[in-house]
Amino acid sequence: MHSRRPFLFQLSALAASLTLGLITTAAHAEDTIKVGILHSLSGTMAISETALKETALMTIDDINKHGGVMGKKLEPVVVDPASDWPLFATKARELISQQKVSVVFGCWTSVSRKSVLPVFKELNSLLFYPVQYEGEELEKNVFYTGAAPNQQAIPAVEYLMSKEGGSAKRWVLLGTDYVYPRTTNKILRAFLKSKGVADEDIMEEYTPFGHSDYQTIIGKIKKFSAEGKKTAVVSTINGDSNVPFYKELGNAGLKATDVPVVAFSVGEEELRGVDTKPLVGQLAAWNYFESVKNPTNAAFIKSYKTWAKEHKLPNFETAVTNDPMEATYIGIHMWKQAVEKAKSTDTDKVIAAMAGQTFMAPSGFKIEMDAKNHHLHKPVMIGEVKADGQFNVVWKTKGPIKAQPWSPYIAGNDKKKDEPDTK
Amino acid sequence: MIRTLLFALCLLCPLGSMAALPLPLLQALTGDDADARTQAVIDLGLSVDPQAQVVLEALRDDTLFTLKGRLLVVTGEQAADAATGASVGVPADAPEPPEQLTVNNLLRGEAAKALALRNLASKDVDVRRSAAKELASEPPAAFAASMATAAASEQDADTAQLLKLAAAQAQLQSPEPGLRIAALNSLADSGEPAIAAMIKPLTGSVEPDVQVRDAARRALNAIQGRLFWGDLLDRLFTGLSLGSILLLAALGLAITYGVMGVINMAHGEFLMIGAYSAYFVQGVFQQHAPQLQAWYLAAALPVGFLAAALVGAVLERLVIRHLYGRPLETLLASWGLSLILIQAARALFGPQNVQVANPGWMSGSLAITPSLVLPWNRMLIIAFAVAVLALTWALMQRTRLGLYVRAVTQNRAMASCVGVATHRVDSLAFALGAGIAGLGGVALSQIANVGPEMGQGYIVDSFMVVVLGGVGQLAGAVWAALGLGVAAKFLEGWTGAVIAKILVLGFVIVFIQKRPQGLFAQRGRNVDA
Repeated sequence: MHSRRPFLFQLSALAASLTLGLITTAAHAEDTIKVGILHSLSGTMAISETALKETALMTIDDINKHGGVMGKKLEPVVVDPASDWPLFATKARELISQQKVSVVFGCWTSVSRKSVLPVFKELNSLLFYPVQYEGEELEKNVFYTGAAPNQQAIPAVEYLMSKEGGSAKRWVLLGTDYVYPRTTNKILRAFLKSKGVADEDIMEEYTPFGHSDYQTIIGKIKKFSAEGKKTAVVSTINGDSNVPFYKELGNAGLKATDVPVVAFSVGEEELRGVDTKPLVGQLAAWNYFESVKNPTNAAFIKSYKTWAKEHKLPNFETAVTNDPMEATYIGIHMWKQAVEKAKSTDTDKVIAAMAGQTFMAPSGFKIEMDAKNHHLHKPVMIGEVKADGQFNVVWKTKGPIKAQPWSPYIAGNDKKKDEPDTK
Repeated sequence: MIRTLLFALCLLCPLGSMAALPLPLLQALTGDDADARTQAVIDLGLSVDPQAQVVLEALRDDTLFTLKGRLLVVTGEQAADAATGASVGVPADAPEPPEQLTVNNLLRGEAAKALALRNLASKDVDVRRSAAKELASEPPAAFAASMATAAASEQDADTAQLLKLAAAQAQLQSPEPGLRIAALNSLADSGEPAIAAMIKPLTGSVEPDVQVRDAARRALNAIQGRLFWGDLLDRLFTGLSLGSILLLAALGLAITYGVMGVINMAHGEFLMIGAYSAYFVQGVFQQHAPQLQAWYLAAALPVGFLAAALVGAVLERLVIRHLYGRPLETLLASWGLSLILIQAARALFGPQNVQVANPGWMSGSLAITPSLVLPWNRMLIIAFAVAVLALTWALMQRTRLGLYVRAVTQNRAMASCVGVATHRVDSLAFALGAGIAGLGGVALSQIANVGPEMGQGYIVDSFMVVVLGGVGQLAGAVWAALGLGVAAKFLEGWTGAVIAKILVLGFVIVFIQKRPQGLFAQRGRNVDA
């Protein structure tokens, strides 16, 4: 569907933003630092990414109110790549080459990140990527503020294997058909095998983006789970397909106490559109939940809710915060600190200054950017859905853990370096 | 009453005190040790203290809180001590507010079973039945004796049967071969896949006794036979359900493209208009008639039909009318219209998906057998598709408008000669097709995401249905939709959703090459063609 979107349309949008861009550049060239925001505001991923745009704008606004960065105000430039992966690259190029932004905060799906990577490398610019992902990547021009597999997927599966988590013995790996679910499931399959799970106890299923008929898959899960051993589902379904998936799950009467579903891309925001009463007990693994209690988080939630209200976001009464929003918030603040440390917005200087940055995060921990591998050290939390759509944290690590972008469960990764190539 | 009393008496042994729940038991609930917590829940299930019921219900409802080591049941503004039930005052501005007890799936599952055991003594048949259902799979061994007692005195046949099955499961582990055979014989009546899995190992060398092995094989065959039919019916149902959705999406197009011959690329957007009408009506009900909220869909149907029909009529007047007989131009123009409509929806309702809630009567499902569970929303949509089809058929075959439409499409010049106002008929027919698409959109809002681009996802499927069915025929569209739906679902069962989609598209391409006129060819003298 996406690829069939009219190119004329894009062209005109491009032309419009170009003219607009030229005007704004002329006016503010001296006294502001431009930052790009590259999130889908329409299409299948809008359900997840729109809130990240709002979080970025809120954080930038907050930084500006507190004096900006090096005495200059930040000027956000928002573009809409419309859940269209090649368009992400076009828009990224536009942000860097025409708008001259110093840094870009954006992307959700790995396929969009893969699409913009060559642009950031070629133009030597900087991307902050705020979402958990499959790893297997370490680029000099990217800082990953979401979780690597060992900070989300592996602990979640370990939890479900434990007595507390229900001692699952059989696994359904269910995902949207693209790079993130495929790679994550490859890692998980290797991990499960290392724990002695046989191949016939693992079922892998994929659906296209925007899939809305989950009857057959839920029927299959039911059948698979009835074959004797305790079954758990690991869902890497992304985007608005989650709404029909969870609706169908609720209607089919598959309860979390029978077959728990742990999701890696479903948070408070995605569940806003779903009646969560039949879903009580379904799980999600993240590095932050809105229900975490500490003063930093209380302030973060309050400022986002105020922002949502002031800007009359759709359904602002029920505005929630989630993990990728927290990761966006951390990313922007760390970038600010690094720019101030480097006293420059030059890409290479900022990259050097990012190493070892720390920030008091809403998750309640002092989060640190690894000295080498461009990933954050993050705590892992597992939450169960409550009737009100919030998550009840049932398990968490004692403190932040270091990311392993090269998963040890993929052959050949032991030889890879834990830092990006500098060329 | 006597029964309850007896039941209570036989449970009296483990815990003596009637005044309050023992403190160590409640402390174990709040502790870190999973085994101790499970044991505490089992003890609560067996306890005679009525307060145990309160605590278990609180566990189920997530209303247990701890305050300075004390366990509280908090409902709304009220707090009560979990051990005694005495109410406790907690000031709203207490320095340390009560902290919610973390209840995970494991604990919640155990609590549900413990609560079910207690509910076996309920006076209400329905409560007893659902309690027996809850206990029917993997009941804790500690409950076996109490369940047997309950089964003996149970008067409701269904409940007794469920309890018998549960007891038989426990009996399977018995060292006595005779008991095992008896257990297998009663388990053979089950339709539960989990029980088949439980029996399966007994057919092999794990089981020392040959007779038991035979009994296990017989029981397994009986259950699997039942499961096979359940599974087949389930696939047929999901296929029918997908078919009904395809039909709802394609019926409007079967008129505008199929009968009138307009290649209408904006068809998906009429579906979208219908879906947004449902959203709009939902909003109006929320504002003005919240008590009737559950029935907003009924009001959304005429609104969806009229909104889409109106837009259709306007577009026909302004654009499509001037392009009859020029299929390529119509294609381009209607594609442009579809973009305009998508943008209009974005401007009016925002680019994000909007939430259209399922009313209560559309949620949940009807369990026919344990393996055959039919969701209400799917069944209602199948029924709705049949109703819309009947309406369309009646309009086309039994009314003057239908007659005119058929006449005009078969031979425009001749129809005009005998006095049919062909332009008016075109407008009406196009509006009718759009309106029917609007009805389809209202139905789609219940199962799919509602957003500006939702129509794009259905346009290809709709054309596929109409072309496969044979242009100019309603019956063709019906068979094509059902055939594609069932085929897609059976294929999905084997190959997964992604490959199934490719296979279906491939099949349609091959089919159209071999039989360009579709399943049903239009008979008669077609002058325009």
